[in-house]
Amino acid sequence: MINIMLFAGLQEKAGKNQLSIDKDEMTVNEIVAYIKGSEVNLNLTNVMVAVNEEFVSNPEQVVKSGDAVALLPPVSGG
Amino acid sequence: MENYRIIKEEIEVNKVINRVVHPHAGAINTFIGTVRELTNEKRTLYLEYDAYVPMAEKKLKQIGDEICAKWKEARVAIVHRIGRLDITDIAVVIAVSTPHRADSYEASRYAIERIKEIVPIWKKEHWEDGEEWIGDQKENKRYPSGKPGKELLND
Repeated sequence: MINIMLFAGLQEKAGKNQLSIDKDEMTVNEIVAYIKGSEVNLNLTNVMVAVNEEFVSNPEQVVKSGDAVALLPPVSGG
Repeated sequence: MENYRIIKEEIEVNKVINRVVHPHAGAINTFIGTVRELTNEKRTLYLEYDAYVPMAEKKLKQIGDEICAKWKEARVAIVHRIGRLDITDIAVVIAVSTPHRADSYEASRYAIERIKEIVPIWKKEHWEDGEEWIGDQKENKRYPSGKPGKELLND
């Protein structure tokens, strides 16, 4: 199971703070494609992915069940 | 208190400053970010901050490490508050001590700009006529390079 954390506007749009995909291994690209094709109608333009608390720069990075995956809209702290 | 924190309570400014007090420091620069009422004549009622807390604290520490690599003998503490914040409330406190004052000013500025680039914290504006998470595709913050970088220095 791959769990994906949602924050801020994505969380509100999805109506939940987490999505789950019943797979053991996926690339970041596959996760993004899966979410785009799923029933949660999320706009992922400009959204970054973090795996285990680091920004993903290679979308072919492999994510395994148990990894901490998060969708991060553009940040606006400060 | 650790030097890099995301908290829900009011920030105690002096406690943040005390983290960087040091005999070798000749300057302690403190930046306090507060909630502003008017943005281009639009009136904010209050703000709401959300964060991916463990990653945000890790990224705050990364900023501190970057500062220590760039400005020798610097000491850094950063605390950001999340949750509901009212007008004039303190959202962020950055304290930087360095042996000489010019470095403490520069390093402090560097810290706030980096926070706006790489720390997963989000702000929701509640206006008189609506609400919106800032930083979405309607606003001016984007990731043109595909990931947060140093080119994003807009406020």
